[in-house]
Amino acid sequence: MSETETKTTEDDLGAAGSQLSTAPREESPSSLPAMGVFGWIRWFWRQLTSMRVALLLLLLLSLGAIPGSLIPQASIDQNKVDLFKSAHSFLTPIYEKIGMFHVYSSVWFSAIYILLFISLVGCIVPRTWTFVGQLRSRPPGAPRNLARLPAYTTWRTESSPEQVREAALAMMRKRRFRAHTAGDAVAAEKGYLRETGNLLFHIALIVLLLAFAAGQLWKSEGGKLMVEDTGDGFSNTLSQYDDFKPGTLFDSDELKPFSFTLDQFVGTYERTGPNRGTPRKYEAHVTYSKGVDGKDQKGVIKVNEPLIVDGTKVYLISHGYAPVVSVKDGSGKEIYREAVPLLPLDSNVTSTGAIKVMDGYKDPKGKKEQLGFNAMFVPTFKGHGTMMSQYPGLDFPVLALSGYHGSLGVDAGLPQSVYQLDSSKMTKFKDSKGDLLKKLLLPGETMKLPNGAGSIQFVGVKQWASFQISQQPGNDFALIGAITAILGLAGSLFIQRRRVWVRAVRGEDGTTVVEMAGLGRSESAKLPEELGRLAETLHSVAPSAPAVPSNESAETAEGAEK
Amino acid sequence: MNLAAGTNENLAHMSNVLIYSAMAIYMLAFFAHIAEWTFGARSKVGRTAAALTAPAAATASAPKVQVKKAGGGTAVLERPKIVTRSAAGSRDVPDGPGAAGGTEQGDLYGRIAISLTVLGFLLAVGGVVTRATSVQRAPWGNMYEFSITFSTVVVAAYLVLLATKVKVRWLGLPLVTAVLLDLGIATTVLYTSSDQLVPALHSYWLWIHVSCAIICGATFFIGGAGTLLYLFRDNYEAKVAAGKQPGATMTSVMERLPSAASLDKFSYRINAAVFPLWTFTIIAGAIWAGDAWGRYWGWDPKETWSFITWVVYACYLHARATAGWKGRKAAYLALFAFGCWIWNYYGVNIFINGKHSYAGV
Ligand code: HEM
Repeated sequence: MSETETKTTEDDLGAAGSQLSTAPREESPSSLPAMGVFGWIRWFWRQLTSMRVALLLLLLLSLGAIPGSLIPQASIDQNKVDLFKSAHSFLTPIYEKIGMFHVYSSVWFSAIYILLFISLVGCIVPRTWTFVGQLRSRPPGAPRNLARLPAYTTWRTESSPEQVREAALAMMRKRRFRAHTAGDAVAAEKGYLRETGNLLFHIALIVLLLAFAAGQLWKSEGGKLMVEDTGDGFSNTLSQYDDFKPGTLFDSDELKPFSFTLDQFVGTYERTGPNRGTPRKYEAHVTYSKGVDGKDQKGVIKVNEPLIVDGTKVYLISHGYAPVVSVKDGSGKEIYREAVPLLPLDSNVTSTGAIKVMDGYKDPKGKKEQLGFNAMFVPTFKGHGTMMSQYPGLDFPVLALSGYHGSLGVDAGLPQSVYQLDSSKMTKFKDSKGDLLKKLLLPGETMKLPNGAGSIQFVGVKQWASFQISQQPGNDFALIGAITAILGLAGSLFIQRRRVWVRAVRGEDGTTVVEMAGLGRSESAKLPEELGRLAETLHSVAPSAPAVPSNESAETAEGAEK
Repeated sequence: MNLAAGTNENLAHMSNVLIYSAMAIYMLAFFAHIAEWTFGARSKVGRTAAALTAPAAATASAPKVQVKKAGGGTAVLERPKIVTRSAAGSRDVPDGPGAAGGTEQGDLYGRIAISLTVLGFLLAVGGVVTRATSVQRAPWGNMYEFSITFSTVVVAAYLVLLATKVKVRWLGLPLVTAVLLDLGIATTVLYTSSDQLVPALHSYWLWIHVSCAIICGATFFIGGAGTLLYLFRDNYEAKVAAGKQPGATMTSVMERLPSAASLDKFSYRINAAVFPLWTFTIIAGAIWAGDAWGRYWGWDPKETWSFITWVVYACYLHARATAGWKGRKAAYLALFAFGCWIWNYYGVNIFINGKHSYAGV
């Protein structure tokens, strides 16, 4: 159907309808390439940059994005991926083979969008040239039969054809049409911004992709956990990060110098109602300084409001509690006093972790030893029984400890979680019944270690917050690209490119026959309206001649076509 | 403090009452629309397909300039008449007369239905506003609120089209049906009592991003409804053009709709008009994600499906400019795109856990 459609339109309109857009001409896909390697390359290139293939690639891109939203992705949640793998022994090897756990960086997904962007470049360049050509040339002259255009009107007037054309030309120019007189008609065109917008939009897509790629390649991203009010600062060098994930081309010299400390973390939670316990406010109050030794400034980091220092952004990622404990040896000397960050397990911040006293401790016999405690903490204790927190705020904090002594195994060279105690080389402290020594402590309370081995005291509670510190070049470009894309798109979709012709010739009865017609790229209700307004204006300059019987008028109009 | 909480509860309760009242009124509007279609079926237009095959009278006729003689003999010249022609190759089929089928009684019921829809809409707006005041924030912090706001915006979009004299009376019944379904699901399955926001949602981007998403969804819905009806009508026109006579009910319903070409154009215009806004919605979301989660784009399921929706709509727009893909194929793409939007809204929230999971569903 569409093929006949294009045909009729072109037969009808000749050159008048051509070049109303810069869209590539469709070739029938069956047209075989000329022989030879060169022919094939050209054929392939033509195919790749055709609208049909662009459409298919776009469709593929959308379909290709689907599996990544249904199957767990390693880049988002490695735990879920592991769970999935252990649950699906049959699917896992297949999925792994085709990159289903990292769809968005897989070969096939990359292939789709790279082909699409090659196609896009291959499309933009010639279209831009075509468009420049169109801008430098004039709108095509009027087609022979104006009455067959989508919007048409005519009347007879007593003004001379020259007067009408002159008035039409002036009117068109005043309405910011590009207009000129060709033969017996004025040809005018407007709406070039549509094409400009469309090209801008497609170029902006390329800018966006490049900015995104640059961001990925040169970014630096790392995490840091800090306990409030300890004075421990973070300064932006590689060694200070807990973990660090740079882009492939990142160079650590590019880290911007600055430092900050966490003064206080404030978390508030809903007190009453069915949503008791839902967080209401998270704020990290920090002191930071820019540069190597800039002056101190105060700042607040919230969930949606990162701290921005010199282009580097510091995000608040998570928080938890860090009970402060003090450990004394048998002689009563304090050998350890620290706020120990614990890992939250649920939304009420039931927390778990380990207290590791690495050095400074000697047992009652004077032998050097290490101490380890398993710690369980609840900010709001139920009062008895379960060690599950009842509320995320610090209403009734309780710390449960159990103690070991011996070797922590930290020197074995294997990386060890700070939240877990490896008790394989340790001996339990025993209570009077010979069981593992454990105790629930309220703030200020102390657990005595047996046989004069010392004591551990739950001094108080601090909060910790963890931050993501990231630096990503190309964001400005991405933003500019995005804004351009929207503006271009709006131009492309809201502006109509259209042509209007005004023909004025002397009819057989001596009056002038005026014909006006409009043609747009797509049929639009606005086109006839606009033509109506134009006709009205012109009509007021060249008003209708007195009526003649209508059949005669029709003949005149037909006759005027020659 | 307690007092304030009490006022909030009252407002939240009032909001519920308003939403239920709106549903009741929409229900009446639904029945009035049914009556409109039923009475419309009695018209002759509904039974004859003659108009389909008749050549479009106005299109090929000779141009005319009419000169009116007013009292006193002075000639008062009317403005020149614009003659329009549809594109070569498309069927020259006139638009149907609308749901009422040109019957007076059908039209009366149609008007009643629209009045009721306006009333229901006002109640729903009241419900949304009281809900928002009860929590003192934008009324889209969870899916219940999102749903009631969404349906209200859909009706608003429809009423705006009606008010601007776009011929959309054929849309009344499907629209009211969908709104009732949406509100039904919202009040039964998705209901969440009024509540404050979790810190991650405290951002002015919430206002911008989500309000745009809701407007886009509402408009895409209308575009989607148009596309679906286009497919039915196109099928019907093709059958008639091939000389077959579809069933009486089918004929009666289809004859009253606008022509396939008009429906197609209507949905294209709607979809194209919101596409830039949808683009903006996604970009606003990315900027927000950049502030909230420290990355602009992370292929979170919600982000992914927004992207998919966007690309499929881009496909649709491309299809319209590509020979061989115009018409039905493009329409399927448009439906697929709207399906993606709906899935993103219901499916992703309910079945897939991502960072976008709202408090209480
Ligand atoms: C990266 C993916 C792409 C996206 C998201 C995209 C998006 C769009 C959109 C939304 C439009 C609609 C504007 C309108 O209807 O006027 C459009 C138009 C257009 N696109 Fe793309 N496009 C992409 C790639 C391409 C490629 C690869 C080509 C070249 C083959 C291309 C060629 C065109 C042309 C010629 C038009 C104008 C059609 C017309 O004049 O109506 N696009 N594009």
